[in-house]
Amino acid sequence: MASMLLNTVRSCSTSPSWAMRIGARSLSTTAQLQAQVQTKSKKTLARPGVKNIVLVEGVRTPFLLSGTTYADLMPHDLARAALQGLLHRTGLPKDAVDYIIYGTVIQEVKTSNVAREAALGAGFSDKIPAHTVTMACISSNQAMTSAVGLIAAGQCDAVVAGGVEFMSDVPIRHSRKMRKTMLSLNKAKTLGQRLSLIGSIRLAHLSPELPAVAEFSTAETMGHSADRLAAAFGVSRVEQDEFALRSHTLAKKAQDAGLLQDVISFKVPGRDIVSKDNGIRPSSMEQMGKLKAAFVKPHGTVTAANSSFLTDGASAVLVMSEEKALAMGYKPKAYLRDFVYVSQDPKDQLLLGPTYGTPKVLERAGLSMSDIDVFEFHEAFAGQIMANLKAMDSDWFGQTYLGRKSKVGTPPMEKFNLWGGSLSLGHPFGATGCRLVTTVAHRLQKEGGQYGLVAACAAGGQGHAMVIEAYPQ
Amino acid sequence: MAGVRALGASLSGSDTIILSLFIFPSLFLARTHVNYEVKGDVAVVRINDPTSKVNTLSVQMQTEMAEVMNEVWANNAVQSAVLISSKPGCFIAGADINMIQACNNAEEVTKLSQEGQKMFEKIEKSPKPIVAAINGSCLGGGLEFAIACQYRIATKSKKTVLGTPEVMLGLLPGAGGTQRLPKMVGLPSAFDMMLTGRNIRADKAKKMGLVDQLVDPLGPGLKSPEERTIDYLEEVAIEYAKGIVNKKIPLRKEKGTMQSKLCYYIMSFELVRNQIYKTVHGKVMKQSKGLYPAPLKIIECVKTGVEQGPTAGYLAESQNFGQLAKTPESAALIGLYHGQVACKKNRFGTPQREVKTLAILGAGLMGAGIAQVTVDKGVHTVLKDTTLTGLSRGEQQVYKGLNDKTKKKNITSFQRDSILSNLTGQLDYSGFENADMVIEAVFEDINIKHAVIKEVEAVVSPHCIFASNTSALPIKDIAAASKRPDKVIGMHYFSPVDKMQLLEIITTEQTSKDTTASAVAVGLKQGKVIIVVGDGPGFYTTRCLAPMLAEAVRVLQEGTDPKKLDALTTGFGFPVGAATLADEVGIDVAAHVAEDLGKAFGSRFGGGNVEVLKTMVDLGFKGRKSGKGCYVYQPGLKVKEVNPEIGEILEKYKMTPNPAVSSDSDVQYRLVSRFVNEAVLCLQEGILNGPLEGDIGAVFGLGFPPCLGGQSSTLVISSSKCCFRPFRFVDTLGADKLVEKMRRFEAVYGNQFTPCQLLLDHAKDSSKKFHK
Repeated sequence: MASMLLNTVRSCSTSPSWAMRIGARSLSTTAQLQAQVQTKSKKTLARPGVKNIVLVEGVRTPFLLSGTTYADLMPHDLARAALQGLLHRTGLPKDAVDYIIYGTVIQEVKTSNVAREAALGAGFSDKIPAHTVTMACISSNQAMTSAVGLIAAGQCDAVVAGGVEFMSDVPIRHSRKMRKTMLSLNKAKTLGQRLSLIGSIRLAHLSPELPAVAEFSTAETMGHSADRLAAAFGVSRVEQDEFALRSHTLAKKAQDAGLLQDVISFKVPGRDIVSKDNGIRPSSMEQMGKLKAAFVKPHGTVTAANSSFLTDGASAVLVMSEEKALAMGYKPKAYLRDFVYVSQDPKDQLLLGPTYGTPKVLERAGLSMSDIDVFEFHEAFAGQIMANLKAMDSDWFGQTYLGRKSKVGTPPMEKFNLWGGSLSLGHPFGATGCRLVTTVAHRLQKEGGQYGLVAACAAGGQGHAMVIEAYPQ
Repeated sequence: MAGVRALGASLSGSDTIILSLFIFPSLFLARTHVNYEVKGDVAVVRINDPTSKVNTLSVQMQTEMAEVMNEVWANNAVQSAVLISSKPGCFIAGADINMIQACNNAEEVTKLSQEGQKMFEKIEKSPKPIVAAINGSCLGGGLEFAIACQYRIATKSKKTVLGTPEVMLGLLPGAGGTQRLPKMVGLPSAFDMMLTGRNIRADKAKKMGLVDQLVDPLGPGLKSPEERTIDYLEEVAIEYAKGIVNKKIPLRKEKGTMQSKLCYYIMSFELVRNQIYKTVHGKVMKQSKGLYPAPLKIIECVKTGVEQGPTAGYLAESQNFGQLAKTPESAALIGLYHGQVACKKNRFGTPQREVKTLAILGAGLMGAGIAQVTVDKGVHTVLKDTTLTGLSRGEQQVYKGLNDKTKKKNITSFQRDSILSNLTGQLDYSGFENADMVIEAVFEDINIKHAVIKEVEAVVSPHCIFASNTSALPIKDIAAASKRPDKVIGMHYFSPVDKMQLLEIITTEQTSKDTTASAVAVGLKQGKVIIVVGDGPGFYTTRCLAPMLAEAVRVLQEGTDPKKLDALTTGFGFPVGAATLADEVGIDVAAHVAEDLGKAFGSRFGGGNVEVLKTMVDLGFKGRKSGKGCYVYQPGLKVKEVNPEIGEILEKYKMTPNPAVSSDSDVQYRLVSRFVNEAVLCLQEGILNGPLEGDIGAVFGLGFPPCLGGQSSTLVISSSKCCFRPFRFVDTLGADKLVEKMRRFEAVYGNQFTPCQLLLDHAKDSSKKFHK
């Protein structure tokens, strides 16, 4: 939807000066881009008639293993902490944004519009509307791109987007039969009716319904699907363990070097101040090799150590039109440029979103893989990342499933998830997207790159990719 | 080729002269069906019959397999082996039927069986563990091969099915199956498998202990899903083969469920086993009426093996196999099997357009039934009725059919909903311009049919085919109202549509070949066995059935009880008794047909009084669908009682039986000869394309297998196939004998029993046979 909005805006008439500038750029784009790959002074992706939309700031609470320090909170508490962190970091007046959007996956039924509850709790003006979106692991990506859409369409100038996931407490329901009985009980008028309803309750009615990280359409759990995907691409257990170890090692290094600037400190009521992710645990290949397969038993390759873990956490970003940001005296971190959503077979290609999204977004932006300086891919499972890399490296797959002449090509590992990823930092489903985008912005600043690429897969066989451009420093 | 590579690999480092000596002969005697490759210390034996879509245990296959296995056993570098097929969708589909048919006598077949037994015994006693990696059909001899191996891994693919279908061909598992299966899955399950011949899916097979491990089918990776799944299965199987050698994977599971332990304990008592033999024997006798020897021989072989030990058991198996292979019953069932295969092909070629949208007029039992077998094939199905209640009932029928599959876990609730999204229910003709074919299932009234065809032709596009699901009205009469008679065809489905396999397609002289090809293509997609017949009142099936039912009514009028009538007909080999059949078809339909065909064919179709049926209809006794017919049907009750109220009707129309033609046997022959005579007449008149389609039509149109009808879940599917085949019946009995009997009946009842010319020709010349 948002990309449709962008397209309409793009085709609008533009001022002559813009057209001149851009026209000149596009004539010489290819030559320049190729020439400037090494020099790291590539041209901007700004386009005529398209508003420049910027990421002003991005923050997140520490991502914690579920059931640890955040255990007694509620989802909106985490989101509140992220919002307050954003307010604190930016000094943003509490009535200066036009809209707030949050992404979440497993919803707490009491706060189904968690965006609104968190915004009110974080002290934002009650005049700011807020809504919640859900799109599995790319929920906060959807929150951000919705914000981009609102700004591009001229509806808003400043929007806060974010995501939250709280796996320490999930809604566990009564069985359908029990629910039915209880609802009938509400309507029962006489004591006799009530007693007969209560009498109809059997032991089996009391068994609860647990939420599962499983596809509704195929009833397959995601880990199982990831294992099959890894097997389909011939990803070995060793390759997966090595990638997981890499993720943890790089995350540890980044954490120790203080590179994870997006993490804010959070005073958890009744507990200590939390200021660090607690899932980063570099292990050894030997130790990881000892683990048994977690899903496809016993010959599977996906284990607890090479999968992302259940995580609590929230993130928030401030997205503005460039003019507004500058007018408010902000120094933006990055431009949010082209983005795409893709979807495919939820059974056999559940987690291949990055493979489908990457070439599509690059094409939209007129870039090639080699133009990208910073890659941040969502690591749901090491096997999933490796499968995507192999898919992108396969001519057969490119021709058969992507309708291309040849393979997509793989991101070079020296640019790939250098500060860890979802495997090590954690993966609060609804909050990961903002972390990816913020990390790209920070890495571009740190590494001096021009373009970054975010790609992620999501349940339902969906995927997302976005191109981010460094803001001139 | 791979064999050469394997040899090279295994002997690498040894003397090169020896190596070249080995390579030389094998280059010239390159194996085509079986080869192997050594991966690490595991020999991967691959089966692939290059001449066929499926692997069968042919002579060639067996010879090469024996060679390869000998090499594997002789190769010191090999510790274990994996047996796998390179064909997606087929492990081994069974023994080669032609190989059995080529034998001249029972002794030769027995020898074949013994060779198979010996080969599998060697496999079973292999010092190097052999893992069978199963993807696709693993049937008959293929299953016997797999259960002789030390370990079995199967893919969870829908195409992976295991089973022993020999009984359906009048045979028994003759390569150790009757001996190994009971040990592997227990007596009750083994009997169930061997006597029903049904296919077992991989997950069920795992639960039964028939396979040891399951592997998920994979999606696309660096290769197509099918190829990659086979590779993956091989990789996993190799790991297991290594694990077995290293003793990391136990060959026999120590821990079983309490239930299975209990089961084995109980089975250790001879008394219990005897009770099982007795029960199974009783069931078989009840369902097959003792007409077919194979099920009884299977019980005998199992019993001999369990009670007297393997030597006696294997001997009994091979000898019985030899005997069965040369029985006329087996020959007949194999013939039927070939016929069924032939009727699952489209001899009219590929139609110009694929039917992507099918519209059905009338959401009654038939209309909704047709929708039911169409929606789940990915065809957009429009169900149109004239009333909201009718439509609602029809849509509910489709939903229920799918939901029952969900309950049986054949499909998920999500698949059910996704399939249902192909169904559109409506009361008007909107969207009919997109229909590629319209099948009408409205009331059997020529005027309504004419009105409908005109309405349809006003809205559909020029390429759209109009098919009529009528059971008796001639198609050319219906086509008379059409502007484009080349697009009009008859598609006669049988009720209940989702269970009855037959589809009778009726072409007129004007029907174009492409229209026929398209109708056959749709029928095949719906999973039907198809006969294509010429036009005429009652076509083939209804026309043969009508005189028999007329005779049945007369038999009832002569004072025979419906239950007795049923017993007489089923005793003769019909799957369903005549009275029950009338109830299933619907008394109103039967009355309608009797009247219509009576008008068309005159006194030859006489017999019982049509008024009997009409009175029943007036009283609301329309058969099963109305709860009362010849019998009373109560939901949930399996035992049905004779409807007491028809006694009065029969009393009113009572006839006096002629004792000269009223013995039980005579009554049977009166019923049957009218059916047969009409069938032969259909062939004589060119309504039928050949005797084979005539037999197939009779078998699949007259009744449905009990196991598919939901009445009985187990045992002897084959008995359903032993139903009556008119042309084979004439061949077996002898046309002269039939004519002789008919002449006797003719003397009493007149032209209803006059043999037709073709039958007389066959009677005169005993060398003339319908089936070669």
